[in-house]
Amino acid sequence: MTAYDYLITPFADFAFMRRALVGASVLSLSACPVGVFLTLRRMSLMGDAMAHAILPGAAIGFLFSGLAILPMTFGGLAAGLLVALFAGAVSRLTIQREDASLAAFYLISLALGVLLVSLKGSTIDLMHVLFGTVLALNNEALILIAAVATVSILCLSIVWRALVAECLDPVFLRTVSKSGSPVHFIFLILVVLNLVSGFQALGTLLAVGLMMLPAAAARFWFRDLEPMCLAAMLIGIVSSYVGLVVSYHVSIASGPAIILTAGVIYLASLAFAPRGILFTRLNPQRHRIA
Amino acid sequence: MLRASFRRENVVGVFAFGSWPKAGFCHSFCRIDLVRNVVGDVAMTLAAFNLRDVTLGYDGHPAVHHLDGEIVKGSLTAIVGPNGSGKSTLLKGLVGAIQPMGGLIERIGFQTYDIAYLPQASEIERSFPATVEDLVTLGLWRRKGLFTAIFETDRKDVSKALVAVGLEGFQTRAISALSGGQLQRALFARVLLQDAKVILLDEPFTAIDSKTVSDLIALVRRWHAEQRTIIAVLHDIELVRETFPDTVLLAREPVAWGKTVDALIPENLLKARRMNEARDETAPWCEPDAA
Repeated sequence: MTAYDYLITPFADFAFMRRALVGASVLSLSACPVGVFLTLRRMSLMGDAMAHAILPGAAIGFLFSGLAILPMTFGGLAAGLLVALFAGAVSRLTIQREDASLAAFYLISLALGVLLVSLKGSTIDLMHVLFGTVLALNNEALILIAAVATVSILCLSIVWRALVAECLDPVFLRTVSKSGSPVHFIFLILVVLNLVSGFQALGTLLAVGLMMLPAAAARFWFRDLEPMCLAAMLIGIVSSYVGLVVSYHVSIASGPAIILTAGVIYLASLAFAPRGILFTRLNPQRHRIA
Repeated sequence: MLRASFRRENVVGVFAFGSWPKAGFCHSFCRIDLVRNVVGDVAMTLAAFNLRDVTLGYDGHPAVHHLDGEIVKGSLTAIVGPNGSGKSTLLKGLVGAIQPMGGLIERIGFQTYDIAYLPQASEIERSFPATVEDLVTLGLWRRKGLFTAIFETDRKDVSKALVAVGLEGFQTRAISALSGGQLQRALFARVLLQDAKVILLDEPFTAIDSKTVSDLIALVRRWHAEQRTIIAVLHDIELVRETFPDTVLLAREPVAWGKTVDALIPENLLKARRMNEARDETAPWCEPDAA
């Protein structure tokens, strides 16, 4: 078997593989930079919470129209946005911090979601919602993923400066501009949008993996924000490709294969990247005299 | 020319609404000021902040209690007082970060966005991957807004501001690699770039070495010469005496407000020191009609 056979043929021969690659790669372009900001804002686990929060909306869509993409997507979007808005509003209006209010709302949402799915579906349906089907992306799903990526990248570039300021020094931003709260909410919306988009391909649980793992890995490679975002995108795309190739040849589930590849890249970065363990701990650092 | 003064109507208001001990205190203090106001330069005193019976606080307990007075435009005022006397709370009230529990804070001729505010404990995310230049450039927000590009001239301004605070060539340094004092100087550079009419500094010289303090004081004097209104919370009484013409001495209640030489007399300092910092959970509610 030549390298071509191994690396290219699966995609050349099968449309579903090409669709899966395009879907996961485009998803990486938008979800990974969002993940970078989540990690920098110390909200890494928030993505996970939001992924759970999406469930009841998707379940309502599922109750009404079965496993159809659009109803489940819009349901998930609505549920995620509601939880994000409530959590954000509670943290801004009361003494409760956002992590606590988010936990409260997402747990309510998750319980509601499981209840709704169990009303009608079987365990297999629940598995589909939770773990997605990257090998069964139809046109609707691809268009949705592409649309979300376009909107996300546009939004990020528009609010970039305010978002950076809001992460870096929120009190200062409040004294010079009213954009702090709107920017925070736009960012929360982007998180939800990307999770909903990812949930087509990877399911509600694994979508977070493609958002957070490349972002966490990128931190070990670069000091500055922009290269960090680009590196995260690249790691996301590489994970998607490698995960799909491996899953094809070894006959394992593709969603987990993609996320596990990202996990391996994270562990490798943790160990070997310029800002990883080996270079900063084991290598005695040289220093200048001044 | 720089004077915080109690206006006649405010004093009347205090007598009408205040409880007796406070009115008694105001009686002795305000009247002196009132007299000075009448013979002095009433027409010259254009207020930047006008405080009317302002009470600021947390959880129903006042941190600043029934404060009346004005901060004159272009004045250089120090706020002095023991821990817990309401100094930072007053600044937060002036900048609009907290709303008064009672009374009114008027900002005359400017918006809250025209204020450059340097908080005591800045909530800067030190681990964020930003450079000193990124941080200081935020000071150009009013000029640049959300979208305008940063040009070479802006970079020059940033560079000049860094030179002014003694951080020449620190542009590409990560903020995580700054010492506490260096970060404070970078924040001063940001205030410099904000080019604000009103500058509020909350204990700006904490953790800064004496050489840098004198550099930064020179900067404050320059702002003062440029007719900016500056209010700083300080603990160094000697520094206040040397540099700040006006002083507000707080101990939850205002102890003195006026010329520094008059305000910081030993008698007043002793009075401020005797403030009881503890909250009294059984204290009666302060009702306007109770007097």
